[in-house]
Amino acid sequence: MNARIVHIASNTFREAVRDRVLYNLIAFAVLLSGAAILVGQISIDIEKLVVINLGLTAVSLFGIVIAIFIGIGLVSKEIEKRTLYTVLSRPVRRWEFIVGKFFGLAGTLVVNTFFMAIGVFAALFYVSHKFVRADALILVALYFIILEFFIICSLALLFSSFSSPLLSAVFAFSLFVIGSFAEDLRGFAGMAHGVTRWLATGAAYLVPNFSAFNVISSIAHEQPVASQLILNNTVYALFYAAMALSGAVLIFENRNLK
Amino acid sequence: MAAIEILGLEKTYSVGFWIKRPKRALHPLHLKVEDGEIFGFLGPNGAGKTTTLKLLMGLVFPTAGSARLLGKEWTDPEVKAQIGFLPEQPYFYDHLTAHELLNYYAQLSGVPAKERSRRVAATLERVGLRNVQGVQLRKFSKGMLQRVGIAQAILHEPKLVFFDEPMSGLDPMGRREVRDLIEQLKHEGKTVFFSTHILSDAEALCDRVAIIHQGEVRTIGAVADLTSSVQGKIEVIWQGTRVPASMKALGSECHVTGDTVRAILDESQQDAAIDALRRERLKLIALTPVRTSLESYFVEKLQRAETSAASTV
Repeated sequence: MNARIVHIASNTFREAVRDRVLYNLIAFAVLLSGAAILVGQISIDIEKLVVINLGLTAVSLFGIVIAIFIGIGLVSKEIEKRTLYTVLSRPVRRWEFIVGKFFGLAGTLVVNTFFMAIGVFAALFYVSHKFVRADALILVALYFIILEFFIICSLALLFSSFSSPLLSAVFAFSLFVIGSFAEDLRGFAGMAHGVTRWLATGAAYLVPNFSAFNVISSIAHEQPVASQLILNNTVYALFYAAMALSGAVLIFENRNLK
Repeated sequence: MAAIEILGLEKTYSVGFWIKRPKRALHPLHLKVEDGEIFGFLGPNGAGKTTTLKLLMGLVFPTAGSARLLGKEWTDPEVKAQIGFLPEQPYFYDHLTAHELLNYYAQLSGVPAKERSRRVAATLERVGLRNVQGVQLRKFSKGMLQRVGIAQAILHEPKLVFFDEPMSGLDPMGRREVRDLIEQLKHEGKTVFFSTHILSDAEALCDRVAIIHQGEVRTIGAVADLTSSVQGKIEVIWQGTRVPASMKALGSECHVTGDTVRAILDESQQDAAIDALRRERLKLIALTPVRTSLESYFVEKLQRAETSAASTV
């Protein structure tokens, strides 16, 4: 990878790690895992199910919040504070800046997810006192969660490249919510007629299909995940993130930094 | 070779929410700065100084025109490796320490890894921040941030340095140090282009200046030429507190300060004044032509521009 992208990414990672809000969110995630254990103890024979469900949902939600919270300010904050001036007056291309920021945030989320995953596995061991082969499926769910983060990061960056942090947050969060119901939207498009059908179909394929990434419930019930789904989700997430990043680059390349 | 060659750069913004109106921030600008010069870009607030610098740094895009820096297209990334830039009222990543920040900028500027550490340490020493290099920038005062800004601009040993209001936020000692640093940069063979509205700094440092007002360059010239434009007077200083009648007779205005007297006379009376002081056995200390200050020239130029603008309305 281009050295300047690596330097920008590592600076973004360092900034996020030194941000106290990030630590607070990790603490919240740990607290939620603690709550999972408590719920597990008062449930009968379904402790493991509850721990996996609650733990992975917490990992996903906290990660999404971090991705949106940090992602929306990645470009707009730099413009507002004018920290960008001393970066772009160097031999740094604008696309390198955007891509570096993306990898910095994505890297932060991967590291963050790694620590939260340790919390989930610790909670699981606490309630079941052992690991079984099916527990490895949790890694697939975590992988899908990380793919979701890549999409959210790229969208937050896209919005951040032309909008204020507040509006970017609204856009990114709305897309996350709509994307979580993308399958329902596609179902609705199938039932609609005329212009509505075209519009609904267009919207259904434009919003990120997060529902395809949600395998938490089936994994909690120890149902296997098809390798085709893993491949499809990987290609889809990388393609979607690349498209959103390209949009961010396109906008940012032509933006006057007043 | 010209270090900077601006070929008709201009910038017009669209303002207004619903109905967009054009607002010209910079009229077509033509300017040439020679290699090794210290060039001052002077003008009141909102004159177009920062817009010009942002255009040259590629932070905003021109409506028309182009520029060449160090003989190459100004958008060429290779050129940027040889340029240093201090923005006005700089703000930096405050989660980093001064050392970390400079190291980051050195990485982005392509300073080789084995040289980076030495270069960062030397630059911190040069701007007087060596003893606070491990402190996070969020704890820095405005003046210290300005020093960091200057450090990041010269860290990678650029051939051409742009400073936007470099003295801003500095105390008198700090201003003196920055003046010395700019002079050192010139001695090192670098070209310095700096914008300021503090005219004494420009007068003390610059080889040439341009005066910009309302987005338009009004004058470009050597400081010596601009400040000698109002002539015909001499300043005579002698020792003592006595003003002889013969000096008064020459029609001079005399001011006694401490144990010296200062008189302003027409240039034509220079010999008569020397004779008068000799006759009275008074010790002549200095006799110099009166030059207008850059400030007087600047004010006069702007007033003239405003008067002509008002008369055309």
